[in-house]
Amino acid sequence: MRSLIGQKMLMAVSGALLLGYLVLHMIGNLKVFQGPAHFNAYAEGLRVLGAPLLGRGQALWIVRIILLAAVGVHIWSAIAVTRASWRARPAGYQRLELVETTYAARTMRWGAAIIVLYVIYHLLDFTFGRVNPGFVPGDVYRNVVASFRIFPVALAYVIANVFVGLHVYHGVWSGAQTLGLNRAPSDRWRRRGAAVFALLLTAGYLLVPLAVITGRLR
Amino acid sequence: MNLTLHVWRQPDGRTAGRFETYEARDVSPAMSFLELLDVVNEGLIARREEPIAFDHDCREGICGACGMVINGRPHGPRRATTACQLHLRQFTDGDELWIEPWRARAFPVVKDLIVNRSAFDRLIQAGGFVSVNTGGAPEANTIPVPKPAAERAMDAAECIGCGACVAACPNASAMLYVAAKVAHLALLPQGQPERARRVVSMVDAMDAEGFGACTNHAECTAACPKEIAIDFIAQLNRDYAHGLLHRLSGGV
Ligand code: FES
Repeated sequence: MRSLIGQKMLMAVSGALLLGYLVLHMIGNLKVFQGPAHFNAYAEGLRVLGAPLLGRGQALWIVRIILLAAVGVHIWSAIAVTRASWRARPAGYQRLELVETTYAARTMRWGAAIIVLYVIYHLLDFTFGRVNPGFVPGDVYRNVVASFRIFPVALAYVIANVFVGLHVYHGVWSGAQTLGLNRAPSDRWRRRGAAVFALLLTAGYLLVPLAVITGRLR
Repeated sequence: MNLTLHVWRQPDGRTAGRFETYEARDVSPAMSFLELLDVVNEGLIARREEPIAFDHDCREGICGACGMVINGRPHGPRRATTACQLHLRQFTDGDELWIEPWRARAFPVVKDLIVNRSAFDRLIQAGGFVSVNTGGAPEANTIPVPKPAAERAMDAAECIGCGACVAACPNASAMLYVAAKVAHLALLPQGQPERARRVVSMVDAMDAEGFGACTNHAECTAACPKEIAIDFIAQLNRDYAHGLLHRLSGGV
């Protein structure tokens, strides 16, 4: 597992975990359209998930610990393979024309940095309530609407999620390749499948801030 | 036609290199790219200057000796074509061309456009072979090979080891090369006895040579004069996972 391929396999597996969370999170977000009562009840439901076996908030903490571990492994392996690649070409080209790669593939590294920064802001906004205007613990619906009413906040969310979409598009396809799941004949439909998946996921996320900005959610 | 060439000149691996500009006057569009360099070199020799050093052998696209980055593309702009098979009709009169060697830590510059690709040889030594007993050749039909397997193995075995994949890769990764070498043996019955050991030791050797990590840009396939498909990289990863499990479970 110390080889570069081994590190990329760890990156792919941790990425798959995070992707699973992204899908669940997106589905949960869409419940905001059922109105404040439903949405807040859903959020409360997450806190008492696993009762009576688990105490209040325990399930959430289990998920958080798994996510933190996955994020740690994902970033650690990404840094390791990136450094290996930078070392592998000490003298660059005067000209190198890229003909096959995609914008998504080329922004995996810097796009990821934007995503990390945004996730920190996102947690400060909705989990810790530090940067949320008039944060009310438990009134999730209100917190979401209050935050996204501020245009720059909504815009940052949209930009970050576009990068999430690009990251997911290349990540799904590339991760499947790394785990050896792609089989010949070639990969055209796999790339397209990854694109459709990433598009749906991003659209699901973008619906919420767009609905607040346009006044559909208030 | 007339062409302006900016060629990377570097006397040896220890001395810094730089681009020199040469004018190629009245060259024929029917010339190959290497013939263009020959003509430029004749002029240099006549002026008692050092000719441009470049690798070549067969000049018919099958040996893998030639290779240089022409205007940012390994082997030049034409798909599925080695530099020796590239013709000047691909360019237009008055074009400016930038000509550079492969750039990778694992391929140090020997001189001008020549790089040392011994790293590829060491990858083969690490496992890119099958062990057979010497002696009389066995009857060819004793080991049946399914036709589709033979075809796919041949697709991988088309690799001529020129190194364009490494040159084109933004990560300077050798995955396509190793994938091709692993796959053409893994797809055949003769490759099975050493399959698990081969893939693990070739992957380890690839890291040891200082190649980068593939991030699936697929630039390698686009640059490959034999158009080796990146499906083989997925197969390499799959085989590598099997190889690791095989080793973990105590296999030899
Ligand atoms: S010289 Fe042999 S492939 Fe170009």
